[in-house]
Order: sequence, then structure tokens, then C-alpha cells
Amino acid sequence: MANIESKVREPLILGDKTYHQISEDISIPVEGKANKWWWLAFGVSLVTMLWGVGLILYTIGTGIGTWGLNKTIDWAWDITNFVWWVGIGHAGTLISAILLLFRQKWRMSINRSAEAMTIFAVICAALFPGIHMGRIWMAYWVFPFPNQFGPLWVNFNSPLLWDVFAISTYFSVSLVFWYIGLIPDFATIRDRAEVAMRPARRWVYNMLSFGWSGNARAWHRFEEISLVLAGLATPLVLSVHTIVSMDFATSVIPGWHTTIFPPYFVAGAIFSGFAMVLTLMLIARKVLNLEHYITINHVEYMNKIITLTGSIVGVAYLTELFIAYYSGVPYEQYAFLNRATGPYWWAYASMMTCNVVTPQLFWFKKIRRSLIATFIISIFVNIGMWFERFVIIVTSLHRDYLPSSWGMFHPSFVDIGIFIGTLGIFFTAFLAYSRAFPVIAMAETKSILKSSGSQYKK
Amino acid sequence: MSTKKYWKSLDQLENTEEFQESAKNEFPSTSPVADLLSNEKLDEGSTNRRDFLKFLGFSVTAASLAACETPVRKAIPYLNKPEEITPGVANWYASTYADGSDYASIMVKTREGRPILIEGNKLSQVSKGGLNARVAGSVLSLYDTARLTQPLSGGTPAEWSAIDSEITAKLQAIDAKGGIIKILTNSIISPSTKAVIADFKAAYPNAQVEQVVYDAVSFSGTLDANQASFGKRALPDYHFDKANVVVGFGADFLENWPASSGYVADYAKLRSPKSGKMSKHFQFETNMSLTGSNADVRKSIKPSEHGKYVLALYNEIASAKGASTYSVGGELEYADTVKKAAAELLKAVGKSVVISGSNDVNVQTVVNAINYLLGNYGATINLNKQVNLRSGDDKAVTQLVSEMKAGSVDALFIYGPNPSYTLANATDFNEGLSKVGLSVSFSGNLDETASLAGYVCPDHHYLEAWNDANPKVGQFSLAQPTIRPLFNTRAAQESLLAWAGKPADYYNYIKSYWATNITADWNKALHNGVFAKAKDIPVEGEAVAPATLTYTDNSASAASAIAATKAGGEWELELYVKAGMGEGQQANNPILQEFPDPISRVTWDNYITMSPKRMKELGLNHLQGQEQEADVVELTANGVTVKAPVCAQPGQKYGTIGLALGYGRTKAGKCGDGVGVNAFPLISWENGVSHLENTNVTIKKTGEKYHLAATQTHHTMMGRDIVKETTLAEYVKDNKSGNPDVLLNTTNHGPQPPENVSLWDNHDIAKGHRWGMSIDLNACIGCGACVVNCSLENNVPVVGKDEVRRMREMHWLRIDRYYTSDMTEEKAEAEGLGAINKFHQMEDPSENPQVSFQPVMCQHCNHAPCETVCPVAATTHSNEGLNQMTYNRCIGTRYCANNCPYKVRRFNWFRYRDNDKFDFHMNSDLGKMVLNPDVIVRERGVIEKCSLCVQRIQAGKLKAKKAGRKVKDGEIQTACSAACTTGAIKFGDLNDDAMEVTTLAKDPRSYNLLAEVGVQPNVYYMTKVRNIENEA
Repeated sequence: MANIESKVREPLILGDKTYHQISEDISIPVEGKANKWWWLAFGVSLVTMLWGVGLILYTIGTGIGTWGLNKTIDWAWDITNFVWWVGIGHAGTLISAILLLFRQKWRMSINRSAEAMTIFAVICAALFPGIHMGRIWMAYWVFPFPNQFGPLWVNFNSPLLWDVFAISTYFSVSLVFWYIGLIPDFATIRDRAEVAMRPARRWVYNMLSFGWSGNARAWHRFEEISLVLAGLATPLVLSVHTIVSMDFATSVIPGWHTTIFPPYFVAGAIFSGFAMVLTLMLIARKVLNLEHYITINHVEYMNKIITLTGSIVGVAYLTELFIAYYSGVPYEQYAFLNRATGPYWWAYASMMTCNVVTPQLFWFKKIRRSLIATFIISIFVNIGMWFERFVIIVTSLHRDYLPSSWGMFHPSFVDIGIFIGTLGIFFTAFLAYSRAFPVIAMAETKSILKSSGSQYKK
Repeated sequence: MSTKKYWKSLDQLENTEEFQESAKNEFPSTSPVADLLSNEKLDEGSTNRRDFLKFLGFSVTAASLAACETPVRKAIPYLNKPEEITPGVANWYASTYADGSDYASIMVKTREGRPILIEGNKLSQVSKGGLNARVAGSVLSLYDTARLTQPLSGGTPAEWSAIDSEITAKLQAIDAKGGIIKILTNSIISPSTKAVIADFKAAYPNAQVEQVVYDAVSFSGTLDANQASFGKRALPDYHFDKANVVVGFGADFLENWPASSGYVADYAKLRSPKSGKMSKHFQFETNMSLTGSNADVRKSIKPSEHGKYVLALYNEIASAKGASTYSVGGELEYADTVKKAAAELLKAVGKSVVISGSNDVNVQTVVNAINYLLGNYGATINLNKQVNLRSGDDKAVTQLVSEMKAGSVDALFIYGPNPSYTLANATDFNEGLSKVGLSVSFSGNLDETASLAGYVCPDHHYLEAWNDANPKVGQFSLAQPTIRPLFNTRAAQESLLAWAGKPADYYNYIKSYWATNITADWNKALHNGVFAKAKDIPVEGEAVAPATLTYTDNSASAASAIAATKAGGEWELELYVKAGMGEGQQANNPILQEFPDPISRVTWDNYITMSPKRMKELGLNHLQGQEQEADVVELTANGVTVKAPVCAQPGQKYGTIGLALGYGRTKAGKCGDGVGVNAFPLISWENGVSHLENTNVTIKKTGEKYHLAATQTHHTMMGRDIVKETTLAEYVKDNKSGNPDVLLNTTNHGPQPPENVSLWDNHDIAKGHRWGMSIDLNACIGCGACVVNCSLENNVPVVGKDEVRRMREMHWLRIDRYYTSDMTEEKAEAEGLGAINKFHQMEDPSENPQVSFQPVMCQHCNHAPCETVCPVAATTHSNEGLNQMTYNRCIGTRYCANNCPYKVRRFNWFRYRDNDKFDFHMNSDLGKMVLNPDVIVRERGVIEKCSLCVQRIQAGKLKAKKAGRKVKDGEIQTACSAACTTGAIKFGDLNDDAMEVTTLAKDPRSYNLLAEVGVQPNVYYMTKVRNIENEA
């Protein structure tokens, strides 16, 4: 491959790094001691997580009645959170798999953390279909395992069952992909530990790196398996949220029963995933001094993707409205009119503002290259995407066919607490990860150090 | 043969002496344990390490085994199985419910000796197989933990014998001095009880023994008016099955009227449009009553105008009939409607009923005059063979209270009423009661009155006792015990007999009374539960009034009194009685407390009903919702002030309020205490007669808020074809009117019925049974008896007010009630109104809306959306067309409930049994006796829903199979269809052309609810036809 030296394009890694410096910069957070801010953040996250776990145990012990659900709205925050977290878990695999296949080298600075985020987000997501069950102790029944219950088998018609397969597959492939990428970097830390005479660390990272030798054959296989997994993961990026969307699309409830859902959900998932990557990366690059690796260019690239997917989502919203009008189905028409103007208009308005309006600001170069603006907008998108799921789930259910059953949903403190608890789980895991794992793919970034831009010739 | 020798031990090989010894004993006589224990020096010996470990191991194992033991639940088998009981097979006994306000001849279902369900007795010519929610729910009152378990003397438990001797001694002393003994009862319809009271009177000849009859909701005015008009103080019997025109004035004859169950059945007969004819029903009333909501034409009027409307109607009739007319004393808002009603009445001479719920003698006198002029006496109204259900005398009650206060009453026996709760002047009564030397209550609960009485001699629950009834002249019924008395209680009649010095054996007393006075065929009467004396039963076309009763026209004075009625104040109040709670006798019955009011859909409370328009003006919250609190106001009437929340009631006359009686009990028990406010003190007593109306009350905002728990918070159909409607005229022209075929547009095949555009394969529904249901929305009056019986049959838990407010009631069957709205699609189009405004305005019911009722249970869809989405196939389609729910398989994802277009699936949010947070009947062993053993009590975390009473289907199929025949029509009844007095709900096999339900499903009026969704339900509804002029 010929190196392309672009005069216009800025290099992907700034700061005239050497290979050693890259190892230093990325390994130091793992090797050094955490500062008090990390401990503070970790402590807060841990407490939040424990609070959430406590409430989950309370739910399991007492009943789903501790939530705000009712006879009309049987899913609300639980499945909203589920879809939201699954959506967030989309960016990682998209960045590492699809961008790998498209040979987008800028992905190398962010893919590691994006994938970690995916893993943690999917864990948070997978929690909800579990705990929302009335009898979680029977949850294993959703798996088609040989049993002696008589002629009982799972129901392959149910999208919820497809979810089980989709999410478990996605989770395992993402985990393997992520881990394989980590192996050479673990080996780097191991080697550095050997030099630094830290036998315990050496032992741990040696185990984690599966005794990576770094020879040419190992690298060759590493490259091959990365490609293979990327190929495997790519359809999964599309399939997971497609199937999640089918939970709704295959139903008969107006506002759920919509053929546009699969692409609309996938776009939304990438949209929210990138927003979350930005939220985290903007903090991480500051805290871990990674400004030279995660540059303003990265931010801009991701902002462009956000603008694209945000626009797709916006078009989907408008299409839904148009199709509702055009369908002539009174229930459908009312469902969408009610979304926008009914008692939950504020949720719809929040969704529209956060998801459709704010990303359009990224058309301005100043804004999409401003870290502060990006951070604020990424938070907006995160909030907006939560509301999107809330709007789809709750406003469709709360006024469906028979007005006699119409009602409202009011979350209980347990609903809110468990959601906050999953944020705690997510950040606890992410903070722990940032101290124990190399947050940037060292080996991969080294490969682009001298292939992008011309500054290395200086 | 091998010479090889095998041996077990060296001892055997050597064949020692010891071995020979031990070989003789198969079981060695000494065991190591016995050895160890028989060692006398055991205590002295030291335990070595091995022994210690053995002991340790044993102790730990023993202790943990003991801890693992499951709690013992004793199921005691019959030592000698009673002949009539086969475990698993229900026994049905005919009996009678009569509590002084409701009457129904009933069938009691018992399982293994426990009454668990009540249905109507079809043989009865009085209740006609019908029952209302209160009667249906009364089976749970049997298992009320608040029931008295033994007699009390001065508030402490006592023996019957001791109480008997004390009371007898006191009575003899009173008798000796010629004192006054009063027996305060409600309207007693039991001839044997009357005889017992007569015997009691006879036992104390020197004392002045007098029975005072007190009805909490009095018909005294009607009785007095009939006394004046016909010389007979009696309540007439109405024949709604012959009344082509009914004009009601505040008369809730479908729900709260003596013998209303029978009237409901009669009324429904003329409400079917099948023949092209229907009765026409006008209703003028203040509150929206169940009767008014079923009327074709309903106008809301103020209580102060009640008499004037009656008088206006009289004038119309009188002028047509050439009788004298009187001045009404003012303009009437709905004079046109009165004219129309009069015109209809005049077309139906002798085939109409005018009926008023007023307790005002003057109003009832004018009503009598109208009916007399219309020739209804002897045709549709029968005063000769009267209804005995109300005989209360308000004046006598007033007199009793004053006598008691004066201290002149020596002994008071209270059998039935609860005056300390229901009397407006309860404090006077209580004060008087303390001055009565001997006060005895027969109440089965320590209620407000009983707790003040000197002696409480608890009567049996009616399901434990013998009794009889004579609800109408010539109509008798028997009540028999369906279970041994649960507690140390005694029939009130036996107590009275004991104190009269007679053998306390009410069973033989009734038996001999019946043999002498009623019928010799005791066994048949007991089997049927009812007996009609042929000579006393009105026969077709029998002339009644003219032949035997002389009519005296008092209308002139009555009319002038009515015309002089002053206009009411800013607020007028009309008290009423709710379908579930009645007069509050069963306030501690959680199923009845959770029974949604048919009109307001509110549970667990009473509240002030007010027109939404007035509420908006006052700035009161007129919306309902789980977090939307009602405003509390202070209501002052007759100097009594109560605080109650306000609930919007479309159809309530502007400037009036309603408030239900029967709430605010203080000594009902854990479920009933403190629920709502007591409205009885607001009853006004004028001229010694009690009135539920008060024409001048005041309302004051308090700023306080209160949660009301309603099962339905949205009241209009939003322009959707949910309850399909048409008018009689349109129906006669086209029997599909209001019910056009549902067609969906397809791309290539034009309009198609929804079943042709389904993605799913059809179930094989043509073979075998296909259970289905037909619900005639014309016949359904919304009374809700089916809801109560569904809950009892299927062990549906009570969840309590707070959970109902959170929209988590568990009812498998609900009755949706819809109001019409002023805003319609047509009107919006005509006005060019945008969709947003249109729908917002559609949410508001009209000021005086038309009302529709629609029972909704699981629709048992052939393409059930719930079945496809369950990940574990817990809900599946049976090959008999049922959508069945496998509770054991359910993991509780609730996806099915979300995907149900009818929202009939219910989730067990908590464990509702054995849970102190849900301290209702499923939390006590006594209350759990009402559970139906055929239906499982669902665990927390699973979905449940209507099964079309699959246990009854199975039982019916088994019965038919054993008899080697097909299932007969009507043989299998679901709990709801069996409870339906009007026959609106029909159940059967849709694959059997001989069944009524199959015919009904093919009727042009039949439709599937939400057919356009394409789920193909097995439940059919029939278009509601209103007998109104075609507005269009």
C-alpha cells in the first residue's frame, strides 16, 4: 500500500510522537496510581451502582409492582432503558468493524474505548429484559434448551426471543472482537512490566495477553481474525437494532406497528452510540491526556456521522407522521397526533429538539470543531434518544385502541433508581477499564503514526 | 459341582461357637447405639475425636433436616363421607337473599361444604333468575373476619345460656310492670319471622310490645300516597315486560328498587329491537343513575323541580283525558320533552308505567293520578298483589327515637337496621339507646349500633341459616343453610323463641309454619327454593285496581303543594345508593368495595358528583387520573357538614350534586372503616318523612386534595366505532344499520374483510368445539353483577384502592362505560375544525350525554396478537378456540398485555395472597374459604386473564361425555353469562348451529370489537339500538 501524503489533511496523531512515546502515553494510566478525581468518580459510580443493584433486588423480592407500570402501560422505563443502552452499544462495533472494513484509519484512536463502551452498555441493556420479567428466576426458559417440561419449547414467532439471540450473539462477538484487539496491547504492558520489575503485573498481563509473542505469524493471524470478526460483526450492527425494533414493529399497537422501524432504529442507535462515544471521549482525552490521539479531527468526523444519522432519524420522524396521515387509519393518525399534542407532548418536543434540531448545528464548522459545543450537543442527543424510546413505548401504549383503558404512566422511585443504577454500573465499569486496560489501541495507532500526514519526515 | 468354598468372614470359615450363635439371629439383638446408650458410664467416659465428629455430624444433619421441614397444612379427609358430597363436584342449593333492601331467590354453589358462588334462581317469578352485584358479592360476607364469633353481654363474650336467662329475667320484669318493648327491624318479608315476633309478643302479654319497621332508604312517602289514593299502604308491583312506555322521575328501578332484579329481566324483554319494536324510556333525574343511563331520553332536572315535572306530565295527560289540570307554578326547561313523553304515554294507554323515586307523598299522589288516568293499574301496575319489600314507617321511627330519649322504652331489640349509622339523628338515637334498660342487637357484626347495645346476640349469616320470604303476595321462597354456622352464632328467630319460652328450633318452626300456611310439599319448595301460591299470583289481564281498590283522587291538594314548592338554593343535593355498596350493610366486603361504580367507574369511595361545567367554573379539577387528585369540598346540609372529594359526572344537573349513601362506616371492619364519608346524616326529615333530596345546601372549597381510584379515566369513544349504535327507525329500515361490514383497502384486490388480509395461517377452527360469546349491547344495562361473579368464580384478587388508582385492578371482566361527546367527526368537518382541536374536544363528554355500556373480557381471538409475541409460548390457542393462559409457563414479560388491543390482560404486580400489604380476603384463612378450588390462585409475576371459565367448559364437556351426548345449548354457562339478569351475555359453541350463540353471531347486528385489527375474536357484540328519533 502506498503511503498517501496529504498536504491538506491533518495527521491523525499529533504531537510528533515516537513509537515509544505512544506506549508511554497509553500505558501510564494503567501503570500509575489513580488520582483523587478518579477515586471520587469511581466512588460515586460505585455507590450509584450499589443503589441500583439494591433496587433491582428489591424489585425481584417484592414484585414489578414497585415500578410505575399499570394495566395499560406494561413497559415503560424498563424497555426504554433497554433500547437506549442497546443503541449506545452500537457505536463501538460500528467503529471497529464497519470502519475497519472501510479502512477508515481515524477509527484507531477511538475504537478501543468505543468497543469497551459497547460491552458495558450491552451489559446494562441486557439487564432490563431480565429484571423486567415477573419471574426472573424462570428467565432461562427463553433459551431453547433440551428439557423435560414436556413438549415445551420457545416460541420462535416472538420477537422477544429473537432479541435473546440477537443480543447474546452481538454481545459475544463484540466481546471477542474487543478482546482480540487488546491482546497485543496487553503484551506491551506485560513487557513493560517486565522491564519495570513488576512480576505480579507481568503475570496478570501475560495471562491476559495469552502469551502473545509478537512474531510475524501472530501478527498475521491477528490481522486476519480482526478482518473475519469485522466481517461477522458488521451484519450484527445492523441486525441487533433491527430485531429490537421488531419488538415493536411486529405488534398491532398503533405507533409500534411501523415498517420503517428497522432502518430508523439502526440509524438512531448509531446516532446515540456516537453521541455517547463523544461524551466519554471528550472527558477521557482531557483526563488521560490523550489530546494528541483523539484530536479535534476525530471529533469532527464523529460529528459528521451524528449529523448524518440525526438527519436520518429526523426524516424517519417526519415519515412516520406523513404515513400516519396518508394511511387513513384513524388509530394510527390519532397515535401520532397524540404523540405530538397529547399529554406527552413534552416528551415528543424534547425528542424533536434534541434529536432533530441540535445535530443540525453541526453544519457550522465552528460548532462541530468546538469541544464544548460538541460535548453539550452529545448530551442533548443522549437525552433525546432516551426520549425517543420513551415516546415510542409509552405514548403508543398509553392511548391505544379502547379509550376506556387509556391512562398515564408515572415512574416510581424504583424506575428512576434502577436507571440511574445502570449509569452507575456503566461508569464503574468504564472507570475501572480506564485504569486497567489500554484505552487506545497502541499497536494499531503505531501503524498509522507514519502513514498519515507528512510531519513525520521532519 | 465345584468344591470351592466361599466365606464371608473368618468366623464363618472356622465356624466358631460365637458365629453359630449369631447366625441364628438374623438381626443382632444388640445395636451399637443401644450399646453406647446402655453404657452406664457414658457420662463419665470422655468423647474421643471420632465420636465428637460423629455427634457433630449427626446434630448438624438433624438440625438442618428439622429446619427444612415444610409447613404442615392439614387437609382432613372425611371420616364418614357425607352422602351428598363428592369431592370435586359442586352442590347447588336454592336459597334466598333478603337483607331488608335487596331480595333475590338464589342458587348457592358449594364445594366440599363451602358456599363459594351465588347465582340467580331461574324458577323465581320475583327475581327471575337475576341478581345484582351486592347479592352476588354477599357470599364473601360470610367469610368476613369482622363477624362476631360469639354473643356479647356488655361488650364481653358470654354464654348463650347466661344471656338467655338474663334477658328472660329482664323481660319478665318489664312484663310485670307493663313496660314498653320495641322491636326495631327493617322491612321483614319472612312470614315465619313475623310469626316468631307474634309469638314473642304473645309471651309478654302485659308489656306493650311493638314492632317498628325502619328502612334506611325509605319508601314511606309512596306507601303513604298509596294509602291515601287506594286505602292500601303497599308498594305496587310493576310489569315492565308489558310497559311499552316508561317514564321515570328519579326512580332507579333497574338497580336500587325493591325487587329490581325481576324488573331488570322484564325491562330487558322489551329492549330488543328484533321485532322492530322497543319500549321507549324517558327518564328525568338529577344524578346520572344506572336507570337513567339506559333511558332513551334522559333529561337532568333539579330535585326542587321533580314534583313540577311530574305535575306537568299529569297536566298533559289530564288535559288529553279530560281531567282537571293544575298550575305548575313556573316554566319548565324541558316542557317539550314532557309533552313528547305524554304523547308517547297516551299512545300506550294501559301499557305504560310512570314511576317516581321521590319519597314525597304529594309527588307520589300525582304519579298515582297519572297512572290511574293512563289505565295502568291492573295492567302494568299491580297494587293488589303488592311488593312486600318495603314497609318502613318513617313517622314511627321518629316517634321511637323520641320515646327512647324520653326514657320510656324499657327494652329495644334491633334486628336488621343499623340506626346508629343510618339515622340522620343518630346521636339522638344513641342517647336514647343508653336510656333503654334492655337493648339487644342481633347484628352479626359489631356494627355502629351493636357496639352500643347491652347485648349482642349475633344472628347467623343468611347462608348459614333457615329462613323464608314472601317478597310479593303469593310468592314465597325459602333460605336454607349451605354451611354449618362458622361461629357460635344463633338465628335471631331462635333467640326470640328462646326468650318467648318456646323451643329454639327455627327449622321446625318454619317447616310447620309452611305446612300450615303455605304448602304441604316442603321438599319440593325447598328444592326449588321458591313456591308460588296459585290463587295469589296475578294472571294475565286480571283487572286489579278498579275491581278491588277504590281510587281516591287527591291530586288537587297534592298539586297545589307541589306548585308551591320553592325554587332551590344555589346547590341542591340528591343522595343516592351505589350499585356495589347499597346502604352499606356489606361495607366490609372487599370485592364490593373494589367493584367499580357502573357510572363513575370509581372504586373504594363515595364522592360528590357534580357537572363538569360547574366544576370548571369553580376551578375544581374535573379530570381523573392516577396522579390527578380530586378537590375536596365542604358540603353543608341541615346543619351537618361533611368533607368529600368532587368527581365530575356528566349528566348531573347543573347546580346540583349527588352523594352516595353506604360509605363512611366506622365499625364495619378493616376493609370498610373510613372508606368515604357517611351521607346518612344529610338525609332531611320533613313532616316525619325522610328525603334523599335537599334543595338548599352549601358547598365550600377547602383547598384540600384527595385521590379517587377509578378504573376508567377516559370517558368518550373518540369517534371510534367501539360501541356501534343506531336508532330503532334506522334499524327497522336496515338491520345492518350502524354496523356496516369492516373492509380494508388492499392494493390489488380492492376492499377485503380483515380476515382475508392476514399474514397468519388460520387455526383449524371448523372442527370440534369453538367456544364463543355474544354480548347484546342493547340488553346490557351495565349493572356489573357479572364482574362480581367473575371475580368470585376465578379467584380474582382484590388489590385495594391505591393499586386501583395506579390502574392495576385485576378484574378479568370490566364494563366499559362511554359517554357521547358534543364533538363528532361530522361536526368537526362542518365547522372546519382541525384534527388537534377535534380530538381535544372529543375527550369532553356532553353535558347530558348518552351512555353506552360494554362488557369487555378476553376476546379469545383466532389470530391472537398475544400468542405470537410470548417468547415462551405461555399463551396459546386451544383447538376449541380458546386463547389459553398457562400460568406455570409465564415468565412475566408482559409483552402479551402490551400487544392486546383490548387491554384485558392483567399482571400480578405483587403477591396478592397471604400478603399483609393486601389485607383482604386472600390474607386470612377464613376469607380464603371463598376461593374456587377449580381455579388456581395466581403467583406474583404472571399474567392472567379471562379464560371463558374454562373450568366450567371442562365440567360441562365431561358431563355431556359421560351421558354420551353433545353439549346442550345453555348447559355450559360462564360465570358472567350465568350472572347476567338480562341475558345480554350468551355463551356457547360457535360450531354448533343449534346453539343460540351461533345464531346471534350471525345476526346482522353482530360485530367483532376492533374487527379492523384483524385479530378475529370469538366474542361478538351486538349493535346498540336506541329508541330515539333519528337526529340525522
